[in-house]
Amino acid sequence: MIRLVGILIGLGFSFIVLLAFGSGVLTVIDQGYLKEETAEHAFHQEAHGPDGGFQFEGLLGTWDYAQLQRGYQVYSEVCSACHSLNFVAIRDLQQLGYSEDQVKAEAATITVPGIDPNTGEATTRPALPTDYFPAPYANSVMAAAANGNAIPPDLSLMAKARHGGPNYIYSLLTGYAAPSEELLEEFPDSAPGAGLHHNPYFANLNLAMAPPLTTDGQVTYAEGNPEPTIEQMAADVSAFLMWTAEPQLVKRRQTGWAVLGFLLFATILAWFAKKQVWAAVKPRKH
Amino acid sequence: MSFPWAKDYQPQNPLMRFLDEKLPLPRLVYNAVGAGYPVPRNLSYFWNFGVLAGFFLVLQIVTGVVLAMHYAPNTLVAFGSVEHIMRDVNWGWLMRYTHANGASFFFIVIYIHIFRGFFYASYKPPREMIWLLGVVIFLLMMATAFMGYVLPWGQMSFWGAQVITGLFEAIPLVGPGLKTWLLGGFAPDNAALNRFFSLHYLLPFVIAGAVILHIWALHIPGSSNPTGVEVKQESDTVPFHPYYTAKDGFGLGVALIIFFAFVFFMPNMLGHPDNYIEANPLSTPAHIVPEWYFYPFYAILRAFTFDFILPAKLWGVLAMFSAILVWFFLPWLDKSPVRSGHYRPLFRKFFWFGLIPCMAVLFYCGGAPAEEPYVMISQIATAYYFLHFLVILPIVSSIERPDPLPFSITEAVLGSDDNAVLGDKAQATA
Repeated sequence: MIRLVGILIGLGFSFIVLLAFGSGVLTVIDQGYLKEETAEHAFHQEAHGPDGGFQFEGLLGTWDYAQLQRGYQVYSEVCSACHSLNFVAIRDLQQLGYSEDQVKAEAATITVPGIDPNTGEATTRPALPTDYFPAPYANSVMAAAANGNAIPPDLSLMAKARHGGPNYIYSLLTGYAAPSEELLEEFPDSAPGAGLHHNPYFANLNLAMAPPLTTDGQVTYAEGNPEPTIEQMAADVSAFLMWTAEPQLVKRRQTGWAVLGFLLFATILAWFAKKQVWAAVKPRKH
Repeated sequence: MSFPWAKDYQPQNPLMRFLDEKLPLPRLVYNAVGAGYPVPRNLSYFWNFGVLAGFFLVLQIVTGVVLAMHYAPNTLVAFGSVEHIMRDVNWGWLMRYTHANGASFFFIVIYIHIFRGFFYASYKPPREMIWLLGVVIFLLMMATAFMGYVLPWGQMSFWGAQVITGLFEAIPLVGPGLKTWLLGGFAPDNAALNRFFSLHYLLPFVIAGAVILHIWALHIPGSSNPTGVEVKQESDTVPFHPYYTAKDGFGLGVALIIFFAFVFFMPNMLGHPDNYIEANPLSTPAHIVPEWYFYPFYAILRAFTFDFILPAKLWGVLAMFSAILVWFFLPWLDKSPVRSGHYRPLFRKFFWFGLIPCMAVLFYCGGAPAEEPYVMISQIATAYYFLHFLVILPIVSSIERPDPLPFSITEAVLGSDDNAVLGDKAQATA
């Protein structure tokens, strides 16, 4: 009985899902195999990193502190005008190789919202290392109003919030270009509208952010650093954003090697223990 | 319970004798996973996955309790509190990555455990109750995992909750009211996040309770084995300890090496980048997909696109739940007198060339965007899925001629069994 009911239910579900399949097939016969090519699908490009790659990549990668410091400089001089860094505290900069005094001095140059101790009114004050990086806009309405209705996203986790991570950020920053003739010919609608900018690495090809890095030397690096070309600045800030997204990246991998080493040792021991325990009851191989 | 030749627990010193008299906990352990539990001697590494699942349950509870000490289930701060764990809590990142990947590995291990059961027909009598409890555990795991994924309050958390609770809307009459009741509002918000946190903390202990019943039920007939031939005599078994503690210890080592390779070197590979964006009810992600372990059932849900008497969405929801509920009936759908797939030639073919590819396709299509050709492919796979369990299995199991079975586990392992010879002689003289 249970089998009979089962067979009926099984046939029933299969029948209904095959009806759906059949209607799909009919649509294909009727209208052809419609898979409309989209501009995003045809012209979107995969993210890539800078030529030399990032030093933090790979199983043994480490931070390039000089690069992270340059990246921080690019963030604070360029990106921070529009983008917040909500989850990073100023004290965290010490992890980039700055001394405690340097971090204190840096904090003092940043202005954060405060409260007047005498009147209780809203005011501003120089930041302390314990403060978090202040957001450029007081709220999302203000952010949208100042940026053609597009809210600049928080950058703290950007390197983990997009496919391709830091490579994507690098590609996006260096990828601004006029839309190709081919694209405009095939998809005239994909031409960037007012206030939009073409970038083949962006998911729908047009984004509201104007190219932030436009000229070589836009940021002046301290002596002993590489030339601040657009590519160099983009690579530096991408590395910096990888650090903001995953500050424990290098420590995590180093811990991982120790853990895996121990586990490998323990597992080999367990293998020999198992072999010895079973030796007495295993059949002899003929 | 257990076999007559099972070793009896002998307390070795006055303390243990005292304990054995007042609260025989050591005896319980001895009989459950110690030398007092005789186990078939021929178990393969596929029988390791029950212990592994138990390990991952404990790991999830331990890491989860620690995470709950630092997490705040409020929509205003939940996302930030997870980042606080990642950045400011000592080793918080390790706890969170272990917990997130631990969920994935718990499911990997459970899927292998379940498919081991399919192939060796572990659900067949006398082990129906173990199987039924196992399916209950799987359902509880799915509910727990779903609610846990909502807690970080990222984009996929929010939109996943929106889609999954939206399924209840398909139920006629009570659907929309039921959805509002489940969420405590018209859309996922603080009320939903709070209750999901509460239930996400509660359900693992319900799972632990069901696991205890699962193991209790297992100890009545004892473990099944790759031949499917029941234990007949002492030479068919070895004591659980030290034989299977040693073997499972090695298996656990291998599993942990793979697991921690994920935790330390690719902790976000099994997740979605979108969940590192804070939940935003005004911005819908391009592709809303659940966690990978729900893919096959998500593919079945989306395969129903045709309104046949009932709306397509309702068929999808019915089919998705039925896809798991059908497992409850396996002990009675499979008629074969033989358990193990090793001795069931036709059943084995349908398993390897039907069910396994079908599941692989459903896994793939569940994660793919809801567009052609994936929808049509998952429709074929969905049809096969239901045919396999509800039509093919009952029919194949009644018409197939199984291969000859070994007389006993001893014969299967050693190539001969003196008792088997005696048995044949006894039959010949009778």
